[in-house]
Amino acid sequence: MSIEAKQQTQASVTVSTPKSESMLGKRIGYGVLYIVLAVIAVFQVYPLIWLFFFSLKDNQEVFSNSPFALPTNPKWENYTTVWTEGNISLYFFNSVWITVAAVVLTVLLASFVTFAITRMKWKLNKLVLGLFMVGLMIPVHSTLIPLFDFFLKVNLVDHPLSVVLSYVAFNLPITIMILMGFYYTLPREVEEAAVIDGCSIHRIFFQITLPMTAPVLSTTVIINMIYNWNEFIFINTFISSDKYKTLTVGIQNFIGQYMTEWGAIGATLMISIIPILIAFFFFSNRIVEGIAAGSVKG
Amino acid sequence: MDKVMSNKLVIALYVLPALLLIMVLIYIPIVLTGYYGLMKWDGIGEMTFIGLDNYIKLLTDGKFWGSAYHSFLLAIFSALSLVGYLIISLVLAGKIKGANFLRKIYLIPMLLSSVAIAQLWLKIYHPSNGLVNSLLMSMGVDNPPAWLAEPKYVLGAIFVPIIWQYAGFYILIYYAALKNIPESLIEAARIDGANAFQIAYKIKVPLIAGVIKVTIVLAIVGSLKYFDLIYVMTGGGPNGSSEVMASYMYQKAFGTYDFGYGSAVGFFLLLICLVVTWIIRKLTANGEEIQY
Repeated sequence: MSIEAKQQTQASVTVSTPKSESMLGKRIGYGVLYIVLAVIAVFQVYPLIWLFFFSLKDNQEVFSNSPFALPTNPKWENYTTVWTEGNISLYFFNSVWITVAAVVLTVLLASFVTFAITRMKWKLNKLVLGLFMVGLMIPVHSTLIPLFDFFLKVNLVDHPLSVVLSYVAFNLPITIMILMGFYYTLPREVEEAAVIDGCSIHRIFFQITLPMTAPVLSTTVIINMIYNWNEFIFINTFISSDKYKTLTVGIQNFIGQYMTEWGAIGATLMISIIPILIAFFFFSNRIVEGIAAGSVKG
Repeated sequence: MDKVMSNKLVIALYVLPALLLIMVLIYIPIVLTGYYGLMKWDGIGEMTFIGLDNYIKLLTDGKFWGSAYHSFLLAIFSALSLVGYLIISLVLAGKIKGANFLRKIYLIPMLLSSVAIAQLWLKIYHPSNGLVNSLLMSMGVDNPPAWLAEPKYVLGAIFVPIIWQYAGFYILIYYAALKNIPESLIEAARIDGANAFQIAYKIKVPLIAGVIKVTIVLAIVGSLKYFDLIYVMTGGGPNGSSEVMASYMYQKAFGTYDFGYGSAVGFFLLLICLVVTWIIRKLTANGEEIQY
């Protein structure tokens, strides 16, 4: 933030130098840049606005009017129809609980591991950390057939546990990596004092360390939420009953059945992305931070 | 202190559950993929050991190499598009008001599921009522193609939503790296008379070389295992013209129940990803890491 502010003051300094002949050129240059950046922004956002518009239309309007036209008579009932008549509400709540269960497990287990690796003294800690980090590089698809076979053997195919456990396993590496950066910067004095006071290790973890890592925990929670909410291949492969399907697979099937109803398809897609958009609206800084932290250090 | 912090039982209690999960669900499956590749197996019945037959078949399977070719095309396009993202980020990280807002706007598609993106772009490419063809027709193009149904256009048409999805992600990464460069370095160059382009090309880009390297790996390896969007949008069609390695593997295993051959493809995919990562790291290794 401070760098930005500093740059802005510098910008105003350069702009206000009176002798500058190229000022006009510079202004035009900046004007062009802003237009380009704005065009990119429109490219990124307009498809979603268009989606919202056609979610409020019926087929007659879609096929007879220009696709750029606003909905003349917004059909909000498209939303109530798909919510009540399709299985969309069921898929939605499955998405919610599967996401929540996987996120809680992932963040808790990852915190345990990070605490043990950064705070406790044992010989194999580097090796174990290495195992988690190499996990980042494994393509999901290369594990899919044996995973399916494994869940088949332990009777977990078409059981939500198969999906939750897979989400946890495949998100542990990235979560541990993000946590690790924060744990290393965290001062150890509080924990050391607690040990001297005779505090048990579990109390130190739950009552001192976990609360101190709250900021990075919220980052990992949000990142995991987005990953799990959007996940497709595991749920598509392991789950076949409607009662366990989540939104990603659910909308895929639903749209397969109602291929021609633009309004219904639009409303379904909107329902699946609204929670993410709301989360983004409130936590955009955390999301940006988490995505940056989760990628660059790899 | 040491006694509390080196309690073996506690360490085991904290580490083993997570370790067990990644062992059982990531590492053992990786090994098994290679092993199942040696089998003739329909996924349910008995496995029959057939040695290297699947792998030998793979080497001469034109369809697989077609899909590998498409995957590599996507990888090359993705790597090239990084140049565009880098330029946008250089502009954004300069003296642009609202840069922070803009980069968040750019990121929005990245947060959506590939299924939602695929379904949305199926509508955008709709032959008669989609955005693309409506725009073309309003500009006087009489018979715009049905993009996803034409073998010669389909891969390019799929690449556009991929850019749409990932642009914000890479811009975010570059922007964050560029903002980390100390202002004093830029200021020193400016005093020495360097113009904006020289500063960007000779100072900023070399300073974030490490980050650029990481994004090259991410873009290439990410493209090689690309799946969701293609599976939903075209299922690899028409007639295999948008098939990629991961969708081919999926189709072999869960489409035609040839789990042995699917495993061989999956194992090959893993090897290709690891080898390509290693090659890029080697090619881009320049010894010293820049510290500031």
